[in-house]
Amino acid sequence: LATGPALADPHPDAELVINDEIELATRAPAPDHLKEVFDTVYSGWLFRTDETRALEMDDFDNPAMVFADMGVDLWNAADGSEGKSCASCHEGIESMKGVRASMPKINPAGNDIWSVENFVNTCRTDRMGAEAWKWNSPQMKQMTSAISLQSRGMPISVKIDGPAEPYWEQGKEIYYTRYGQLELACASCHEVNMGKMIRADHLSQGQINGFPTYRLADAGIVSIHQRFSGCIRDTRGEPFEAGSPEFRALELYVASRGMTLPVEGLAVRQ
Amino acid sequence: LPALALTGPHDLQFADGALAESLTGQPGDPAAGAKVMATRPLGNCVACHEIPPMADVPFQGDVGPSLAGVADRYSEAQLRGIVANAKMTFEGSVMPAFYKNSGYIRPGDGFTTNPAPADLQPILTAQEIEDVVAYLLTLKE
Ligand code: HEC
Ligand code: HEC
Ligand code: HEC
Repeated sequence: LATGPALADPHPDAELVINDEIELATRAPAPDHLKEVFDTVYSGWLFRTDETRALEMDDFDNPAMVFADMGVDLWNAADGSEGKSCASCHEGIESMKGVRASMPKINPAGNDIWSVENFVNTCRTDRMGAEAWKWNSPQMKQMTSAISLQSRGMPISVKIDGPAEPYWEQGKEIYYTRYGQLELACASCHEVNMGKMIRADHLSQGQINGFPTYRLADAGIVSIHQRFSGCIRDTRGEPFEAGSPEFRALELYVASRGMTLPVEGLAVRQ
Repeated sequence: LPALALTGPHDLQFADGALAESLTGQPGDPAAGAKVMATRPLGNCVACHEIPPMADVPFQGDVGPSLAGVADRYSEAQLRGIVANAKMTFEGSVMPAFYKNSGYIRPGDGFTTNPAPADLQPILTAQEIEDVVAYLLTLKE
């Protein structure tokens, strides 16, 4: 059997170096709020096979990159009644440096927690006179891919205190709730059983620093909320909607569990 | 006794986690039990347990202990209790309860993402539980 202790833990010494030059930490000391649970936080990259890990080490091999390129095309394309593109106001896509690392965060009105998708759609509807993109639409995932890449290497730096705190608490409660007919919480798989095999799947810590992610099983980009939805579905549960208040709160909490890990800027997973 | 006096999921009488009475009054079929244990929408026990005699079933997980020799460690009544609702034996266990149909948070309709129907059925039928127990009783060292 291809199971057992040899495969059980995160890879002991693999190092993620992209294009032979960009070194990304895949192990980091756990953030303070997680110290009672884990000493070290690990990227999901360390739990994948040699072949899958290799795909993320070279941008020419990384199948996510074409989606980021399509996102840059969308960035430069005028759309909506105002005849504007994202570039009309923000200039180059490089202006989005740091944005992925800080998401989700409190919205400008100070009364909600917003994911990057909410910011994108607000610019589209309120500033461009364009239609909102669906949360998991190809366009939205291309755009969030292009935006994420600009933060590659920057540690996740979400704010979890002040006005963000109630959302963080809500997300934490969701993380520890046992959903579905199988009665499993995020923590049942990604905390208690991290490193174990659940059928053919090697359980990681369920970090989101690699998102959006190219998933070989889907042959496409998977958003953070899509992944959450798939995990709750696998409990024989009814997931929350993509973009729902619950998933945005959960996104904040899960992001905070990886605060010391860098944004991978388009991971590849199986 | 009527031939099919099924014990429903609400009628289980656990004693220290064990269930002494058969849920169906019919003997279990170990071959059928083995199939339930290896099949995903059913027991899918191999997701979490290694079951060495099922060497042909690929990718057995290790979230729970190997089931090798489990019949030497537990009685039939204890095994029935563990399969019906393992939380009555192992408090807070991640092992799902296979003969239960209420008390869930956001239960779904199988793996569809849709909400559960009003008449949500246990994951396994009473006879499937008996079949699994019959198979587990063959796991001696
Ligand atoms: C039944 C077990 C199970 C439960 C419960 C579960 N997951 Fe997962 N999750 C998996 C498996 C299996 C994978 C794929 C392997 C891996 O990366 O761990 C995965 C992957 C992930 C990933 C992708 C990690 C990466 O690096 O690509 C994230 C993020 C995630 N889960 C978050 C969650 C959250 C949040 C919850 C609760 C809402 C949750 N999971 C509940 C089994 C589970
Ligand atoms: C007409 C001007 C305008 C256009 C066009 C525009 N934006 Fe914006 N965008 C803004 C302004 C102004 C803000 C700051 C909002 C605030 O903080 O109140 C912003 C904020 C953002 C943010 C949040 C950044 C952060 O650090 O919080 C993102 C992401 C974003 N825009 C993406 C886009 C994308 C993608 C497009 C095109 C689909 C776009 N914008 C089009 C003006 C624009
Ligand atoms: C999601 C994981 C999971 C699934 C699925 C699962 N189990 Fe378990 N099982 C466990 C864990 C974990 C334990 C150890 C008890 C504990 O500490 O919670 C366990 C314990 C057991 C034990 C006691 C073993 C011993 O040596 O103490 C038996 C018997 C058992 N399981 C049978 C089954 C059967 C039969 C099925 C399928 C019908 C099944 N399990 C499905 C996780 C699982």
